[in-house]
Amino acid sequence: MTLDVAALRAEFPILATQVHDAPLVYLDNAATTQKPQAVLDALMHYYTHDNANVHRGAHTLADRATRDFEAAREATAAFIGASDARGIIFTRGTTESINLVANVLSERLGPGDEILVTELEHHANLVPWQMLAARTGAVLRVAAIDAAGQVDLADFGNKLSTRTRIAAFSHVSNALGTVNPVEEMTRLARAVGALVLVDGAQAIAHLPVNVEAIGCDFYAFSAHKLFAPTGVGVLWGRTALLDALPPWQGGGEMIETVAYTHSTWQPAPHRFEAGTPNIAGVIGLGAALRWFSAQPRAALIAHENTLVEATLQAFGEIPEIRLVGTPQHRVSVVSFLLADAHPHDVGTLLDRQGIAVRTGHHCTMPLMQRLGVPGTVRASYSVYNTLDDVHRLVAGIRKTLTFL
Amino acid sequence: MTLDELKETFAFLDSWEDKYRLVIDLGKEVPALPAADRTEDHLVRGCQSQVWLVTRYDPATDRLHMALDSDAHIVRGLIAIVLAAYADRSPREILEFDIEGLFRELDLVSHLSPTRGNGLRAMVARIRQAATNTGT
Repeated sequence: MTLDVAALRAEFPILATQVHDAPLVYLDNAATTQKPQAVLDALMHYYTHDNANVHRGAHTLADRATRDFEAAREATAAFIGASDARGIIFTRGTTESINLVANVLSERLGPGDEILVTELEHHANLVPWQMLAARTGAVLRVAAIDAAGQVDLADFGNKLSTRTRIAAFSHVSNALGTVNPVEEMTRLARAVGALVLVDGAQAIAHLPVNVEAIGCDFYAFSAHKLFAPTGVGVLWGRTALLDALPPWQGGGEMIETVAYTHSTWQPAPHRFEAGTPNIAGVIGLGAALRWFSAQPRAALIAHENTLVEATLQAFGEIPEIRLVGTPQHRVSVVSFLLADAHPHDVGTLLDRQGIAVRTGHHCTMPLMQRLGVPGTVRASYSVYNTLDDVHRLVAGIRKTLTFL
Repeated sequence: MTLDELKETFAFLDSWEDKYRLVIDLGKEVPALPAADRTEDHLVRGCQSQVWLVTRYDPATDRLHMALDSDAHIVRGLIAIVLAAYADRSPREILEFDIEGLFRELDLVSHLSPTRGNGLRAMVARIRQAATNTGT
């Protein structure tokens, strides 16, 4: 299949928006991606024709809603190479997925046990582990990164021990775009008997993900970074492991039997899906996966890499730009600073020119401190961005420099 | 620059470029806060950039004096406007002053949006709190 970016862009109505009288250049895809018409249609169709609660009720609408909801689960499993769709738990987002794991592991950790993360982590893959450590007396250890913003594998290996109960690390850094060697890190962690959780929030739309090939125990991501609605996250876990873990939240859907003295739990995934889920959102995810899977994935990945390379090359010609993070292997994200300007100044002046970037600490305050910067300006690409967007960004930066 | 001079100057500027250039230039004239005053206590929460605020009430003249600083150029410019609006005023006058109206008049109103991370709202709220705390 060949790639027609203009046709692909046309499927995203929001990309026709004007911002401050200029055509929108949307470069905040690491925060959230835009949604194709197919996803918008699926949401409208669901509420117009099929709206009902899932997994209960003998009526036709409930049956349709349940069918589409569970079809999305199957599609999600297939998308990440999971052999068993029972391992797919729907949550509110990556953050909730990680909190879920950190909570259900409470009984498995005690004083002196260790949790290993890296210096690259988003607060979502750091704070839940801090809280778990505080609850259990476990120790949080942090593997170092090098000056380029890549995990120091030797340090990661050294900080693993027989006391490491879980290693949690990102597949791709949200702040720097670094692609971590997750297969290797997983192998090292499992060799000491640790469970492994991979935060895939920034990888899922940019890399082929295969959880069985990675070999991890848990993989978490958000639907909204994958062209689907907000409010839906995925936690994949090994089914046997999930069935052996206690529930986190109690309520409807997750029980098998309930009496005043005792309740018994459903097996995974329903054990971890108490209450009415975000049915429309999950059906939207199903539509997003259908849409995305019909695209020429290899060509899209090459296209995104072309955009990143073009950006790095153009930035190399602007002496006032300082790249933050220079990893050998990166996807989507270019983080930078401009002269002595605060990232917020740069973001504001780019916005006036119709260019949407993210500025700030990107929910990675310890990483920013480690790198000695107050924050960065972050441009992040998706499949619908073009070389013209790169040129607009570069021109926008040159204009911004005239203000400073 | 006095408030009236500020309004007159802005009225001459049509393009966003000229307005922002002026805002940034105004910011460059705001005196830096001594490092000793850039403390955690003086930090205004709710800003993407760092903003520090020091106020001092002089009961003899009934004036609330203030100094503000930031590590971002545009925010320093907004500070210059805030300082022009609140300079040499009593706490009561500060509380009565329609600063949102001023920013609307200057056509910088998007800067009042609390989601923009510029902290202007937080800054103004802190100054108003200081004015209220004088009990006058």
